[in-house]
Amino acid sequence: MALMTYVEASRVAIREAMQSDSKVWCVGEDLGRGGVFGQYAGLQEEFGSDRICDAPISEAAIMGGAFGAAMVGTRPIVEMRFSDFALCATDELVNQIAKARFMFGGQSRAPMVIRKPMGLWRSSAAQHSQSLESWYAHIPGLVVACPGTAQDNYSLMKAAIACDDPVVYLEHKNIWALEGEVDRDIDVPFGSASIRRQGNDVTLVSWSNTANIAVDAARLLEEVGIDAEVVDLRSLWPWDKSAVLDSVHKTGHLVVAQESVAVAGFGAEVVATVVERASEALKGPVRRIGAPRSLVAYAPNLEDKVRVTAEMIVLAAQETMGKTIK
Amino acid sequence: MSRVCPNLERGRVLLLMMERIRAFEEQACIAAERDKLVLGAIHPSIGQEGVAAGVMHNVKRDDILLSTHRGHGHTLAKGADPLAMLRELFGRQGGCCGGKGGSMHIADFDVGMLGANGVVAANITIAAGAAHGIKLLGGDRITVDIFGDGAINRGPFLEGLNWAAVFNLPILFVCEDNRYSATTKTSSMTAGNGVVARAEALGIKTTVVDGNDVEAVADAAAEITRRLRTCGQPEFLHALTYRRSGHTSFDPANYRSPDETEYEERHNDPIMRQRERLRSMEIGDKDIIAIHDVAQQEMSEALRQAAETPFPDDKTAFEDVQDIGSPVVEAY
Repeated sequence: MALMTYVEASRVAIREAMQSDSKVWCVGEDLGRGGVFGQYAGLQEEFGSDRICDAPISEAAIMGGAFGAAMVGTRPIVEMRFSDFALCATDELVNQIAKARFMFGGQSRAPMVIRKPMGLWRSSAAQHSQSLESWYAHIPGLVVACPGTAQDNYSLMKAAIACDDPVVYLEHKNIWALEGEVDRDIDVPFGSASIRRQGNDVTLVSWSNTANIAVDAARLLEEVGIDAEVVDLRSLWPWDKSAVLDSVHKTGHLVVAQESVAVAGFGAEVVATVVERASEALKGPVRRIGAPRSLVAYAPNLEDKVRVTAEMIVLAAQETMGKTIK
Repeated sequence: MSRVCPNLERGRVLLLMMERIRAFEEQACIAAERDKLVLGAIHPSIGQEGVAAGVMHNVKRDDILLSTHRGHGHTLAKGADPLAMLRELFGRQGGCCGGKGGSMHIADFDVGMLGANGVVAANITIAAGAAHGIKLLGGDRITVDIFGDGAINRGPFLEGLNWAAVFNLPILFVCEDNRYSATTKTSSMTAGNGVVARAEALGIKTTVVDGNDVEAVADAAAEITRRLRTCGQPEFLHALTYRRSGHTSFDPANYRSPDETEYEERHNDPIMRQRERLRSMEIGDKDIIAIHDVAQQEMSEALRQAAETPFPDDKTAFEDVQDIGSPVVEAY
């Protein structure tokens, strides 16, 4: 066990993978200087500029190039700087990387980790704040990971590098400094949720940083006598339906919380699945919390208008249980 | 003017390859239009065979090729099996891609052909990356990336060429310039001084060749690939050719003047020009017809076999999407 920050945890996982497999390399802008958020700090000194490869500001070439390099046998980790910029390489990801193995009848693999730092990060405005995980969950061929803790950022990065499928790896920008104990022996397979808090009254389903906010909400709920269970999905494709369904069978109440726009978001997928497969277990209305279908503003007070808070989750939990506590 | 054929044996080989490509595509077009055996759109390269045959003559089996939606010729010339290709066009078992890709996604990794591409210019960054990967792994394989003149107006052209130059990658970019971007004249949609100027602006050594003179293409590619294998710098070949067919096999291409198409057919067809060249050497009509017949018979037989092949097993519909979260296990 070691105390690590969230940013340090995935960096350690990358470093260990690069030490054990010479085919693993990283490519993206400013990596030699550590990356925008220090995700690669010290790695170029250790592994050299071929394997910690500084790239021009050419998202399409970074993504497409890494894909070509993956098809000939390397295992690239692709840095997109901000998830928003990855949209410049959408054809490469969605039309090429996700589809190649299938279109070519199984001849190719794209063992790639595609890092896309996402989410609200104070006053970054509309082109540096998005949470677009639902888009990628919609694309066959992709694995989608959304770690919310240091442990999960270590274990899921390790799993992502070892995976022969392309993994869209969405770290949340607002929790780079979040500390946590990391056990290097813990493996987290994709599609396995983490029960962040056990409870019997209401199930709170979330992922990424919003899972941390859901844990905060559970503490607030405890103060008002509600015993909430927090299910952190950790990956959205595959996702742990069993963990959610088991929890709902236990509690009978469901709240799904996500930072992204709620409309057509992954929360809708969770709610629909529960309604399809466990409607008999529901003892109250479900609640889906997410951002309004609007844009992220620069000014803090305006930015807060799209922010999902612990208080909002608390209120939703109370509503689903038919209790409104002032 | 066409140059003299320096090597008679190579001349025959190049003619045979062009005849094979022509026979493949002509028969595939008939199979598409008359027999409805080809299921989706195909994009013939009839008239452009000199580029495929000439470039690929200098490329080894384990070198890398990436191609376009108009890639049958490149793929055949790289060494792919025409029966497997026709099965793919017909969506059958044993197709290059198991019937899952069709004409626009043909790939044959056994011969280093890492895929045709349904998106114009998308193969450019991927090819640069393949060359990058090979360099990282350490090896002397080169990469050839072929795209059309329409591709130079998309961003990946700039990004991919810049990438190859910045990282000193041994890759040959071939712009197979057939003058048309789908159904529009590329010249009417392209600013500045065109293909070569754009490549040269990125500091990439550029060669211009008459793409319908297969000997000239083979000579140019021989020099370039020799340099690629020794110097490791990217190069660019601008091959001037002409698409005698429409954009797809169903496109009558009546946006072109009859004068233009008639001239190209009568005076600039690469197969006709190579036949004439060989005739002027020591090869008689009988031999030339024999080369044509061999190619026709090969493709007729492949077509017959492909048409008799069953469609893929239904269960393959969900296979080879992904290992983790595979639709075989969970699709909803």
